[in-house]
Amino acid sequence: MHIHKYEKWWLTFGISSLVLFLVIVGFSAFHYGSHPPTGKVYIDPERVDEIAPFNNPGVHKVEGKEWDYEVVLVASAFFYNPPEIEVPLGSTVKFISTTKDVVHGFQVAGTNINMILEPGYVSEYVTTVDKAGEFLILCNEYCGVGHSSMTSMLKVVE
Amino acid sequence: MTTIKEKALGFTIVDRRDGKLALANMYVAFIALFIGGLCGLLQVLVRSGKFTLPWGIGYYQVLTVHGVLLGLILTTYFILGFQIAAMSRTSGTFTDKQRLLGWIGFWVMTIGTVAAATMVLLNEASVLYTFYAPLQAHWIFYVGMALVVVGSWIVGIALFMKYIEWRKANPGQPSPLLSFMVVVNMAMWQICTLGVAVEVVFQLIPWSLGWVDKVDVLLSRTLFWYFGHPLVYFWLLPAYMVWYVVIPKIIGGKIFSDALARLSFMLFLLFSIPVGFHHQLTEPGIQSFWKFLQVVLTMMVVIPSLLTAFSMFASFELRGRQLGAKGLFGWFKKLPWNDARFTVPFIGMAAFVPAGAGGIINASHQMNQLIHNTIWVTGHFHLTVATTVVLTFFGASYWLLPHLTGRVLTKQMNKLAIIQGIVWAVGMTIMSAAMHIVGLMGAPRRSDFSTYGGAAQATDWIPYQIAQAVGGTILFVGIILILYIVVNLLFFAPKGETEFPIGEVSEHAEKSPMWLENWKIWLTICIALILFAYTVPVIEMIQNAPPGSKGYKFW
Repeated sequence: MHIHKYEKWWLTFGISSLVLFLVIVGFSAFHYGSHPPTGKVYIDPERVDEIAPFNNPGVHKVEGKEWDYEVVLVASAFFYNPPEIEVPLGSTVKFISTTKDVVHGFQVAGTNINMILEPGYVSEYVTTVDKAGEFLILCNEYCGVGHSSMTSMLKVVE
Repeated sequence: MTTIKEKALGFTIVDRRDGKLALANMYVAFIALFIGGLCGLLQVLVRSGKFTLPWGIGYYQVLTVHGVLLGLILTTYFILGFQIAAMSRTSGTFTDKQRLLGWIGFWVMTIGTVAAATMVLLNEASVLYTFYAPLQAHWIFYVGMALVVVGSWIVGIALFMKYIEWRKANPGQPSPLLSFMVVVNMAMWQICTLGVAVEVVFQLIPWSLGWVDKVDVLLSRTLFWYFGHPLVYFWLLPAYMVWYVVIPKIIGGKIFSDALARLSFMLFLLFSIPVGFHHQLTEPGIQSFWKFLQVVLTMMVVIPSLLTAFSMFASFELRGRQLGAKGLFGWFKKLPWNDARFTVPFIGMAAFVPAGAGGIINASHQMNQLIHNTIWVTGHFHLTVATTVVLTFFGASYWLLPHLTGRVLTKQMNKLAIIQGIVWAVGMTIMSAAMHIVGLMGAPRRSDFSTYGGAAQATDWIPYQIAQAVGGTILFVGIILILYIVVNLLFFAPKGETEFPIGEVSEHAEKSPMWLENWKIWLTICIALILFAYTVPVIEMIQNAPPGSKGYKFW
């Protein structure tokens, strides 16, 4: 099959850029461990309130782990528990969350903390909070009529 | 068969009986455009915070209508109508049996559409078009959606039969390019809709009828997105058909290369399906490795997109130079800018540049976290499907509808059509830009107006939401304009003959090699890629499944 000379240049340039781009994304993912949030822990969605750590939602200081704080947050239609979270600036935080009913979102507006909460799964994301201020936590996955009133607040304090 | 009169006209006309079937699909498509567009207008108005819906209508009910009618009904009906006409034009008139299948498919789809629409209007199915189990709609909604899919399969079988008939009658010959493209698109559709069919038939229908208590949520979402991304290519490929085959003829030029066009379509077949995880990047229960793998497969569609961009502009430049254009970009001025059949799709092509760039960001593994489920994504697909695809469809309507009705596009209507394209471009630039920016600031998609308890961040979003309403209102004017032109072309335009333009391949292009049409090779690779991308993660999902979810009706 004949390919025009200019088209060969165009494809070579385009495909090389693509490969370079994917190498950067892959390097950042597998070398620096920068993956999107995931979770492999399973939970009975109807017994969330009885199962640790969700029997005690809130901010917990931890020792001897790669992170300083664990933020445990339970979502249900149309609330987050707790309604407010406070962590110190510069600390490394593990967000641990699940839902008691339908699928919800867990998005901290203006940051890249953004996970889907699915019944039966525990979603986790570890990050360093390096911006002070109040960040709105909101549900970004449609969950019903009260979807847009579902909020919490992340306060990063000095 | 070509009659003497048609030979004298210099082009072939789609048989009237096939045309009627194509037109039936077009009617439904444009009715869906009107109702779905009206819902879109209501949404942007509500989201501005200055307007509330009357008579107890819910925002999410309107959103469901908007998504289902424009994302599924307008697109699927228009595409099937266009493809029926394209097949009939390039591979010959359908046999009575093939046409009957086309009609059966049309009615099955239409019964399904009415059933689903009824449940949405009764507020029994405000689950949006992505279904969102364990939110549970009325079973009739799911059955309706299943019928839409099954109906489209029946139409697909009619198209396949026509193609097979042509191949048998012309052994050793590459099929007509447009017919080949139709078959690639329908093959992709048949393979990808299996996912959503399995979800609806084996998970959602038994569950909504109460035959089973629980549903596996992650599996249902995975099956949906196995279908949900190829769906967007199912919208896009007919636009590419117009660009590759029709536009070169409209500008008076030639198709740059038949072989590269075919290769590009086959690459879309391969890399459209094993990519659904890029819609699920922030979800639990799927290992990062498999997410990344599907990210890489997603990005492979950059290659056929590069091929397409090159071919388009090569056709344009060659034609411009033929008309005596000088300098590096002089050919650009020589293009037929006063012809809506060219200009309107061209605006769509231009929109695909930022649309494609945004798409790369969306699918980029960790970068997705910043924009996932924000209204940035809504801004993105209003550029892809609601500008690139839809403007190409509008541009195609300006010759396809009069061709089928035996009328002509008048000069006035042509002018109005260009104005329509400009109105659309202006409205979409405002709305989509506002959505992109406010999405980066964190504003969510699929959400009613909310002040989020007076949060400072949410207050900053409101000016952009007003901009969305301004853009959306301009777009609705665009919908009124296109509907005015469509009604004119269907019922009032002067009688006459309009060409269904089919480009010829450039005399410099070589004959296409037959391996490009060897379905055994391509379907084998296609299925192998799907199995590679999905087998392990789906087995893990099923083996490690948590207790299922009962249904909820939270609206």
